[in-house]
Amino acid sequence: MFFLTLLLLLLLGSVGLAFFIRPLRKFFPLLLTLFTGLLLVVALFIPAQPFPKLEEEFSMWFDVIAVFSFILGGGNLLRVHLMKIQQKKRDWQYSIVTVTGFVIVLVIGLFKVGSKNWSDPYLAQGTAFKWMYDAVFVPLQATIFSLLAFFVASAAFRAFRAKTREATILLVAAFIILIGRTPVGVWLTSWLPNPLQFFHIPNLSTWILSVPNMAGQRAIMIGIALGIISTSLKMILGIERSWLGGDES
Amino acid sequence: MSELSFADHLALWVGAALTFMIFSFLYKDNPFYKFAEHLFVGVSAAYWMVVGFWTTLIPNGIGKVFPEMVSIFLPNLSDTTPNYYFLIPIILGIMMLTRLFGSIGWISRWPMAIIIGFSAGTNLTRYLQSDFIHQVHSSSVPLVVLENGSFAWMATFSNVVLVFGVIAALLYFFFSLEHKGIIGGASKFGIWILMITFGAAFGYTVMARISLLLGRFEFLQKWLQSFLV
Amino acid sequence: MKFDTTFWMKLSQIDRRWIFLVIAITVALPMVLGIDFTAVPAPMVEKVFQTIQRLPAGSKVLISYDYGPSTVPENQPMADALVFHLLSKDCKVYMMAVWATGERQSQYTIDHIVKPSFPNKEYGVDYIDLGFKAGGTGLINMLFTSVKRMYTTDRTGNDIQSFPMMSDIETLKNFDMILSISSGAPGLKEWIQFAGDRGNIPVAGGVTAVQATELFPYYPRQMFGLMAGLQGAAEYESLVIHMYPKFFQHRSALRKMAPQTVAHLAIIAFVIIGNIAYFMTRKK
Repeated sequence: MFFLTLLLLLLLGSVGLAFFIRPLRKFFPLLLTLFTGLLLVVALFIPAQPFPKLEEEFSMWFDVIAVFSFILGGGNLLRVHLMKIQQKKRDWQYSIVTVTGFVIVLVIGLFKVGSKNWSDPYLAQGTAFKWMYDAVFVPLQATIFSLLAFFVASAAFRAFRAKTREATILLVAAFIILIGRTPVGVWLTSWLPNPLQFFHIPNLSTWILSVPNMAGQRAIMIGIALGIISTSLKMILGIERSWLGGDES
Repeated sequence: MSELSFADHLALWVGAALTFMIFSFLYKDNPFYKFAEHLFVGVSAAYWMVVGFWTTLIPNGIGKVFPEMVSIFLPNLSDTTPNYYFLIPIILGIMMLTRLFGSIGWISRWPMAIIIGFSAGTNLTRYLQSDFIHQVHSSSVPLVVLENGSFAWMATFSNVVLVFGVIAALLYFFFSLEHKGIIGGASKFGIWILMITFGAAFGYTVMARISLLLGRFEFLQKWLQSFLV
Repeated sequence: MKFDTTFWMKLSQIDRRWIFLVIAITVALPMVLGIDFTAVPAPMVEKVFQTIQRLPAGSKVLISYDYGPSTVPENQPMADALVFHLLSKDCKVYMMAVWATGERQSQYTIDHIVKPSFPNKEYGVDYIDLGFKAGGTGLINMLFTSVKRMYTTDRTGNDIQSFPMMSDIETLKNFDMILSISSGAPGLKEWIQFAGDRGNIPVAGGVTAVQATELFPYYPRQMFGLMAGLQGAAEYESLVIHMYPKFFQHRSALRKMAPQTVAHLAIIAFVIIGNIAYFMTRKK
């Protein structure tokens, strides 16, 4: 109980202090980032208590705070669209659709409309929320993503030109993968004799994926890893602080 | 299809109508598409909130501090001892919501600091191990491969392409040296390797997009069968 | 020649809606005709199958549903085939989700695969659905040290301690294998980084084709196998059908391979025609 009181005092006390001393509004969060980040790095190298326990606690806290980001997202959406309706901005009528959809789903989900008991799962058979998920959410999300099939076809026709040597290499690789990952690839070159089996399209496609593609992806992966490591270090050390926002308020 | 209930039929028809509304965008932008698009935004945001509330906030947040309060939702919990330490993430979560109110939005920096610190700390160690050390290790393969004492030319060729491919593609991204002479040649080879990589990625992207469309057509087929067959 | 150039010029400026129409027809027609294709398993897919095949009965396997409705055509057949295979091998299956939309998908597997095909398997003894928890990588990190602190209940709200198959599960290290079916982040990549590499736990899974190429570098050292996209799912289905013919009725990816193949050919044709049109008109 002592530690809990101390932690609560530190948390609320630091916020209280920052109310009156404006520079602390950035200083305390930076300190907290430094502490959390370092703790997780140290926990990897020193697997002795209290570090594993602290890592576990912070992971738990992270997961609970993450839920509030869902609420924040919903709240923000509601705020933006209500403002749009109020100010009668362009296409404000559609914002009514967004807000209505949001409110209806929120109400049927939080009140478990259609279930017999409060202890029933929120996605139980017969609930309005499950019906909404299957009838509204699934077709909307799935169809929006499926539109990309049409656009990728259009892009293939209009944009993929063998203008340079590099573009030609890209196109040839894409062709071999596209044919090689379907039964057509098997039929097309199945007549090849044994010594030429490497050129059998599925084999060629597997080779491209597991050798040159692997090399390219590894290089990209190593590059990204170095970028993430340096950005993480900058964040922990407070060099990168754009997440704090521009001004105190 | 006679086993479908009224609710199932309604779901099929609503789903089909929304599917056509989205597809109508392929002809041109129109009010039906805009309606469906805006509905999707609202429904998605609420869906995430509801799921987060029931799956995490109730059992892992409020339920930990006030088990009695959530017993109506989770009547079968054996451990109902309050753990007041969970007050901290709940308070931090509430502080996060101050972002919605401009004048006190700075309070959200405290939970953000934990999120950022946690992500930076874990990413640093995980990417270092999995995406850097392991990748360098996995790319360190023999440049001459012998199988049962004899020279395996194909495996050797593959390993050479792999090792020099990784180095060349990395060199292409390395701008501290001028890309001339050997470095220039290597970075050229690096571009070719990257082009093959992007070609493979394009091929796979096409595959993925077509698959998603197939899913929608399969749904429409089911909808048609519900009243035609 | 003049006629040819005009023709190619017109073709290169064709309204994209004609292209959309061709794609719609090439996908719909083979579907309506109901053509069935077979699939030859790629080494990475074969590896997943063989590794599961070698698991002794009673092995504990965690399968994470890290996707949503948008990628169901690619991901759901993978999850269904894996769960069928695991239960056929008498493994203990632990389902969970790092994505909020994953819960409905594990529910689908239980309703459409587990209950009809394995009526004798008991919930909480042979398989369990832990459901979704928020946090993404934070969740995986948490489960690495304690599963039950996060999952105090299963998906339906019953106390986790009441299930026999949870009695010897404390951390992720207690699982013999982790499988992730994913369509983005957090997904298979994060399972490799935050669980597999960290705890030396065998990790594999299936991903959408978009994600697949960036996961190849983890094979075989960090990820023992991979199903890539619909083709990967179809290959796994064919392996399962070969071993357990009764899975034939549940095949879903294999049914889609015919329209998928025709659509690939249509896209290739588009690229070729587009390039011919480009070179023909460029000459002028």
